Amino acid sequence: MSVQLDAEGRLRHLLTTEGLPRDLLTRILDTAESFSGVLGKSVKKVPLLRGRTIINLFFEPSTRTRTTFELAAQRLSADVLNLDVATSSTSKGESLLDMLHNLEAMQCDAFVVRHADSGAAELIARHVAPGVAVINAGDGRHAHPTQALLDAFTIRRVKGPLEPLTIAIVGDILHSRVARSQLHVLRTLGAGELRLIAPRTLLPRHCEQFGARLFEDMESGLAGADVIIMLRLQRERMSGALLPSESEYFKRYGLTEERLQHAAAEAIVMHPGPVNRGVELDPRVADGPRSVILQQVTNGIAIRMAVMAMILGGYNEPAIASASDEEESG
Amino acid sequence: MSRVHIRGGTIIDPSTAGHGTIEADLYIAAGRIVGIGSPPADFTPDRTIAADGQLVVPGLIDLAARLREPGSVRKGGIVPEARAAAAAGITTLLQPPDTQPVTDTPAVVELIHNRSLEAGGARVHPLGALTRALAGEHLTEMAALRDAGCPGLSDGGQPIRNTLVLSRALDYAATFDIPIVLTPQDPDLAAAGLVHDGAVATRCGLPGQPVATETAAVGRLLALAEERGVAIHIGRLSSARAAQMIAEAQRAGLRVSADTAVHYLHLTEEDCSGYNTTAHVCPPLRSAEDRAGLRHYVASGAIGALCSDHQPHDPDAKACPFAASEPGISGLDTLLALTLRLVDEGVLDLRQAIARLTCGPATALRLNAGTLQIGAVADVTLIDPRQRWHVSPETLHSRGHNTPFLGWELTGIATTTLVAGEVVYQAAAAR
Repeated sequence: MSVQLDAEGRLRHLLTTEGLPRDLLTRILDTAESFSGVLGKSVKKVPLLRGRTIINLFFEPSTRTRTTFELAAQRLSADVLNLDVATSSTSKGESLLDMLHNLEAMQCDAFVVRHADSGAAELIARHVAPGVAVINAGDGRHAHPTQALLDAFTIRRVKGPLEPLTIAIVGDILHSRVARSQLHVLRTLGAGELRLIAPRTLLPRHCEQFGARLFEDMESGLAGADVIIMLRLQRERMSGALLPSESEYFKRYGLTEERLQHAAAEAIVMHPGPVNRGVELDPRVADGPRSVILQQVTNGIAIRMAVMAMILGGYNEPAIASASDEEESG
Repeated sequence: MSRVHIRGGTIIDPSTAGHGTIEADLYIAAGRIVGIGSPPADFTPDRTIAADGQLVVPGLIDLAARLREPGSVRKGGIVPEARAAAAAGITTLLQPPDTQPVTDTPAVVELIHNRSLEAGGARVHPLGALTRALAGEHLTEMAALRDAGCPGLSDGGQPIRNTLVLSRALDYAATFDIPIVLTPQDPDLAAAGLVHDGAVATRCGLPGQPVATETAAVGRLLALAEERGVAIHIGRLSSARAAQMIAEAQRAGLRVSADTAVHYLHLTEEDCSGYNTTAHVCPPLRSAEDRAGLRHYVASGAIGALCSDHQPHDPDAKACPFAASEPGISGLDTLLALTLRLVDEGVLDLRQAIARLTCGPATALRLNAGTLQIGAVADVTLIDPRQRWHVSPETLHSRGHNTPFLGWELTGIATTTLVAGEVVYQAAAAR
């Protein structure tokens, strides 16, 4: 995946976590760590991207991801334009690349792209003008790199280094761009053991390439797990003959307090959101002491600031503290 | 009708056991082969073609080429594509019936026929539809389609879902002894997948199409062919397992033949990595094991024909996300060289390679072509087997530049093509 790295191995785009080297992933997490310091202050802004324009190009509806990208860009002092394309020009027969070149003509610096087709972000990255960056905010079933990075960041903050950890990902792996991106990040960062838990209809073939162990039942899959990542189940899976019902899914694969007992004593529970309460997660678990779901949301802003700063601000060293102090006084 | 003397070439005619490969001159008069080695009495050529160092073979036959007419003429058209076929050494091609409108009436057949006469390139034979509008419900007027010039009938890449209708379509076509070309795809499994259900599908997050898409369909077709006692041709195999099923059925005495497109013998699912839309084909490129298995059954003869499965596209059809891109490879220009590459790679000997492009497809569809015997129609292709060429938009004759072989260095090219004894193509260097 050379299209997202330049000759010196710096990030030009962020399209997928596949193939990103460990030191680069660590640098993103370290940079996010320094930005979370900024977020805790009363003036939550740094001038790194002042005068730069970022277009949020969302071909699929999204509230949370788009909002956190927007906040992250604003806190780096960039100008942000939100384009909800699901309802505009593609319905007029304009091709994706035509639209892209029209937007480029408006002299923007980066596109944050979400699209229902796998590979859409890479297609756009291959066709943008030199110097314009593309950040993938989710493409089909393929990748959602900033989500995976914020998850790794959250795990590292709460549990420390990943090497000793057993991490279980539960649910609709087949359709999940989040799971694919997580598997690459967690494996590269050296997670002790990766597990996938799902019924066969929701498990793609050839998962061994991700270095994961496969489980078909929760009890054995969760045994001793330190981190449990629950995936969202889309309603349409019932109509595609993949599952009989939400209630049967919850009975077999929902995370309840009882099932949580199988995991390690200090296990944490994560979810990329939005949660289907009573489908993937018992509300008592979602709101319980093990849940770090809201921390994930907060961390999402720091991670997205880090990614944008590194790509657009040429920002490669995690030494943000002094820069942010200057801004506060200015 | 001119008299032509093809001088100094090496004749390879796999249709005949006697003279497989001989250094001999070929003589043509009134559109037919009239002499091999020595001319008939009183033969004075109007034209002599020097074929030194070249192969002289029966004109190539392509069992599946979509010229996009009637229909999407911005992607192709009978005139440009039939000429491109001639430039690729192809003298006869069969166009599947999924045109717009569907080739399900003699009027459409006539239209295609007239346009191909205008082109003056390869012969274009339209396959007729087995069912009206390819909808899989009502039979077409099969005998009328045959009389209008269809050499065979087909489901046109859209398998007949209703097995009762399929069974009756086979029976009715067999009544008139019309060859049948069928698509080995379970329609539901096919519709759910874009690429082979393998490691690349999982990694790229593209929906996978399992091998069972093909084997389940081949099982159904073989069951019907056996029970109804009809001959069928199964077009475009992509998996080793399906080829094995067909080889076993042939050994058991079923009248079943098969082809594959030459790209399945050179590419795999890995070629779709990076969302390479030019490698988006249906059925999908499969695993390296499937490619090896297909090569084995092409060599054994269970797969008797290689075709281009030519599907030219305009650039927009491929300049989009993989799922939104249209499947198909523009294949006319590379059919011959990719087949000869199998000789270089030790898969086939030269005679087998030429057979899969000439008498193999002719036998499968019972076409009166694919031979250089005396008295045969003089469809002849001259090949420079050593000429290297680079696949690029400049070297492609087809309007469609959608090929994953762009950038490949290939060896072997048609230099002169004759249809019914008339030169329809001659490379600049050969003039």
